[in-house]
Formats: sequence, C-alpha cells, structure tokens
Amino acid sequence: MIRLIGILVGLGFTVAVLWAFGSGSAAVIGQGYFVEPTAEHEFHEEPKPLHLASDGPFGKWDLQQLQRGYQVYKEVCSACHSLKYVAFRDLAQLGYSEAEVKATAASWTVPGVDPNTGEATTRPGTPTDYFPSPFANDIAARAANNNAIPPDLSLMTKARHGGAAYVYSLLTGYQEQPAELLERFPDAKTGTGLYYNPYFPNLNLAMAPPLSDGQVTYADGTPATVDQMSKDVAAFLTWTAEPTLIKRKQTGWAVLGFVLFATILAWLAKQQVWAGVKPKRRED
Amino acid sequence: MSFPWAKHYEPKAPLMRYLDEKLPLPRLVYNAIGGGYPVPRNLNYWWNFGVLAGFCLVLQIVTGVILAMHYAANAGVAFASVEHIMRDVNWGWLLRYAHANGASFFFAVIYLHIFRGFFYGSYKAPREMVWLLGVVIFLLLMATGFMGYVLPWGQMSFWGAKVITGLFGAIPLVGEPLQVWLLGGFAPDNAALNRFFSLHYLLPFVIAGVVILHIWALHIPGSSNPTGVEVKSESDTVPFHPYFTAKDGFGLGVFLLVYLAFVFFLPNYLGHPDNYIEANPMATPAHIVPEWYFWPFYAILRAFTADFILPAKLLGVLAMFASILVWFFLPWLDKSPVRSGHYRPLFRKFFWFGLIPAMAVLFYCGGAPAEEPYVMLSQIATAYYFLHFLVILPIVSMVERPEPLPFSITEAVLGSDKQAVLGENTTPAT
Repeated sequence: MIRLIGILVGLGFTVAVLWAFGSGSAAVIGQGYFVEPTAEHEFHEEPKPLHLASDGPFGKWDLQQLQRGYQVYKEVCSACHSLKYVAFRDLAQLGYSEAEVKATAASWTVPGVDPNTGEATTRPGTPTDYFPSPFANDIAARAANNNAIPPDLSLMTKARHGGAAYVYSLLTGYQEQPAELLERFPDAKTGTGLYYNPYFPNLNLAMAPPLSDGQVTYADGTPATVDQMSKDVAAFLTWTAEPTLIKRKQTGWAVLGFVLFATILAWLAKQQVWAGVKPKRRED
Repeated sequence: MSFPWAKHYEPKAPLMRYLDEKLPLPRLVYNAIGGGYPVPRNLNYWWNFGVLAGFCLVLQIVTGVILAMHYAANAGVAFASVEHIMRDVNWGWLLRYAHANGASFFFAVIYLHIFRGFFYGSYKAPREMVWLLGVVIFLLLMATGFMGYVLPWGQMSFWGAKVITGLFGAIPLVGEPLQVWLLGGFAPDNAALNRFFSLHYLLPFVIAGVVILHIWALHIPGSSNPTGVEVKSESDTVPFHPYFTAKDGFGLGVFLLVYLAFVFFLPNYLGHPDNYIEANPMATPAHIVPEWYFWPFYAILRAFTADFILPAKLLGVLAMFASILVWFFLPWLDKSPVRSGHYRPLFRKFFWFGLIPAMAVLFYCGGAPAEEPYVMLSQIATAYYFLHFLVILPIVSMVERPEPLPFSITEAVLGSDKQAVLGENTTPAT
C-alpha cells in the first residue's frame, strides 16, 4: 500500500516537473538562446590577476606597501569612503610607532561632544577612535554622490568576488565604452554621471576614476602610478578586511603540523590494535 | 542490547565499584562505546562518519556557546558584533571560522553518513528506528544551520531568511499569516533575528537528545556492516574498544586535517562574499543562494517553474519538503531482503549511475543562477530524484535477483567460517 501511494506521489512530482521542463524548453527553443544576451553578460570581465605578499599559505604582510596603501586611502579614498571597523590603534600593526599612531590619529577629525555645552562638535582623533565617516548620514552620502552611497571599505576585499584583485581591477579598469557594446546594445550606453568599467558587475558605476598618476607622493620614493596606487590600496584593504590574516596562516601551520603528528600516531595505534585480528581478505 | 558474548563491565578499583553501585555511568559508557559493545569486524571507513558527526556536534556546541558570549542578537549591531569577534576578541576569528566551517563539515559528514546508509541499506529492518531518528536529526540540523546563517546579519543572511520564510507564504489560506507570525513582522528584522538566535541556541541540544535516541536505537540490533549479513557468532565481531576507538581515532585525525586546512587557509571559501555586506532590505543581491549544503534542495524548489494543477510555487515547496520526507518511507519502499548494495546488481547501477549523478546535478544547479540551462538540468534531475526513491526502488526491489551472499561476516573477511563448515549455525543468511 505504502509503495502504491509512493509510486503515485513520485509520478505526480515527476509529471509536474517534466511539465515545467517542457514549457521551459519550449521557451528556450522559441527564443533560440538560453539566457537573453545583455551587455552585462557579454562585456563584464573577471578581475585581473593580482599577486600580493600576503597571498598563499606562507604569505606575509608587506608593511611598506600597507603604509603606502594607507596613505592612498587617507589622501584619496577617505574623501567618500568610510572604514568604520578599523581603529587608529590598529595602524600599529602596519609598523608605525606609538608616537606615529598618535600623530596620524590626531590628523583626522572625529565627531566629539563639547565638554562644557554638550553640543556636537569635532576634535582630533586619538588611537582609540575608529576611522570617521566622511558623511553625516546616508542621505548626505547620496546627495553628494549622484544618488549612490559610497560603500564602507573595511570589508571590501572579502565582500566581493575576486577580493583584492577586484579592487585593483576596478581602480585600473576605467575605459571608454567599447564601440561593439554600443552597436549591439544601444540602450546600454553609460548614463550621465556614470563611468564605464568592465570589472563592475553592471558595467557603469557612479565613482569617477579616483586615481591619476602622481596623485600622492610616497615617502619611500615609489613612483605613484595609478597601477601602483591601486595595488597598494588593494593590499591595504586586504589588511583592513582581516588584520589577523597572517596570524591565522601561521597558526594554521602549527596546528596542522600537530594534527598530522597526532594522526600518524593514531594510524600506528590502529595498526597495532588490529594486528591481532587477521587482515581482511577482500575490500568491502 | 547485546550479543551473548559481549564483555561485562567489571570495575576493579574500589571507587569505580562504588560508582557503579550508586550511578552506573561508567557501565553505560562501557556498554555504549567501550569493550561491552561488539561491532562487526568488517566495518570500512564509511562507518566512521557517525562518530565524526558526533564530534562535529560537540565542536559546534562548544564554539557556538563561546561565540554567543560575544555576539549580540540585535539587528542594529549583530553585523558589527561579528566583526568585533573577528577583530577584538582574543582568538575570536578562530572561533568564528571554526564554527562557520564546522557547520559545513558537519553537513559534509552527515551527507556521507546518509549516503552510506543509502548504499548499504542501513535503513532496513531491524534498524528502521535508527534511520527514522537519523532523518529527524537531519531535519533539525537543516533548521539549525539555516538559522545560524541568519545570525551574522549579512546580505545573504537577510535575503536567505526572506526567501526561506517566504516558502511558508506559498501554503494556501494560512500561508501569509503564518509567515508573518513566524517572522514576527512582514520581513526579517529584529524580532526574527532574536527568535532565530534563541532557537539556534536551543536546537543543538534537541539534536543532542535525538542523537542519544539514535545511538540507543542502534545498540538494540547492533551496527550494520558492509556485507549486510547479520552478526551470527562471536568471530563476526570485535569489541568497539579498542578496535573501533583506534580506527575512528585515525579517521578523526584525517577529518581534522581537511577541516582545519579550510579553517586556517580557506575560511571563506565555502561562504558567500555578499555576507560580508551588512543586511540591507533595500538592496536585493543579484543572486540569492543559500549555503552549499542546501543547494540540492534549493534546486528542487526552483525546478517547479510552471503551474500544474497547483501553483508552481506551492509545488516547489511541496517537492522540496517531500524530497527529504521521502527518506522516512525508505524502509518500506525498498523491500529487498538484501541490505548491501554490493550484492544488488540492479540497485547498484541505479545508485551509481542514477542517484549520484542526479544529486551532483542538483547540487551544481542549486548554486547556479536561476537561469537556463540550469533550470532545465535541475528539472530532469528532480524528476529522476523522485522516480528513484518512489518508483525505481520499489520496483527494483521486487524484480532484482541479488548475488549470493557470504554465509557470515567471518566468511567474508577470512574466506571461510568453520561454523558454516560444521553446520553449527543453520540460520540462512538474510
């Protein structure tokens, strides 16, 4: 009885799903394509390869590069993008001394409260403060940026497919809209106030190309090309997204080494325990 | 339970004797996973996954309880509290990655455990109750995993919660009020997050309770084995300890190596980048996908794209739930007296060339965007899935001619069983 009901239910679901398959395949045959070609489908590009010192299981921070990246963030990105999960004290991890951390924190203006009147005011940052937001609220951020909120950058390299390579590709990927795209998809022309970038999922973003050659002056003398600055800021954002990245990998080797040793011991113990029982004749 | 030849617990130390009189907990452990539990000697490594699942449950409870000390279940600060754990809590990143990847590995282990059961017929009499309780554990695990994924309050957390609770909205008449009641609002928000946290903390302990029943029920008939032939004599078994504690200890080591490699070197590989964006009810992600362990069922849900008597959405919801509920009926759908797939030529073909490819397709399509050709592929695979369990298995078990079984486990292992020669045990192999 249970099998009879089972067979009927099974056939019911099968017929229903094959009915859906029939109408779906009829639609596909009618159209002649699986997915309607769109400009995003055809012209979106995967991130360019980017190699950072922190990559791979043996990665290490390149502190020089992180400091350069911090400089780019401070002088360029921070005009629009917040970094709200990072505190100035964290910058000590980039190789800055305590005095340097205090000095760089003080160079930022953070929201404060007037101790006498209780009114909202501003004050220089201290190491315990977090990076301040460039806008008072989302409405202000929208109003200043062609109705697009500049996202917080703290977790950017973990929040996008491709990670740091995506950030690097986006920053170096601005270009003219290809003629072929306009020919095939005239409606996909980049709108006013938007900029064409094939690494952005919908190809057009509200952020103007933020970097130009020589925009910052690196203390270590590295030439500040757009490519270099993009790499540096991508490296910096890899650190902001996960300051414990390198500690994690180093811990991982110690842990894996220990577990491997324990596993070998467990194998030997198992062999010894089973030695008294005649080994299997066949593998089941 | 026990076979007559099971060793008896005989405490020697005065303290243990005293304890055995007052509270025989050591005796319970001895009979459950110690020398007092005779286990078929021919178990292969597929029998390791039950122990590994138990380990995962403990791991998840321990890491989860500590994470809960630092996490704040409030929609305003949940996302930031997770970042606080990652950045400021001592070893917080390790706890969180161990917990998040622990969930993935828990499911991986459970799937292997379930498919072991499918192939070796572990669901058949006399172990139906073990199987039924196992399916209950799996359902509880899915609920726990789903609610846990909502807690970081990222984009996929929010939209996943919205889609899954939206399934209840497909139920006729009561659907929408039910959905609002479950969420405590019209969309996931603080009320939903709070109750999900509460239930996410509760359910693992419910799971632990059902696991105890699962193991209890297992100990009545004893473990199954790769031949599917029941234990006949003492030479068929070895005591759980030290033989399988040693073997499972090695298996645990191998499991830990793979799991920890993910925790330390690829901790976000199994997650979705969008969940590092804070939940935003105003911005829908391009593709809403659940965690990988729900992909096959998500593919079944989305395969029903056309109305057929019932609305397509309702069909999808029914099919998704039915795809798991059908496992409850397996012991009665598959009537073949032979358990192990090793001795079932026809069943084996449908298993390897039907069920496994169909599950692989469903898995892949569940993670892919809801576009053609993925929808069409998942429709074919869904059709096979239901045919396999509800039509093919019952028919195969009626028409199949199984291959000859070994007389006993001992014969399967050693090539001969002197009891068979002597004719001491004339019970036919089942």
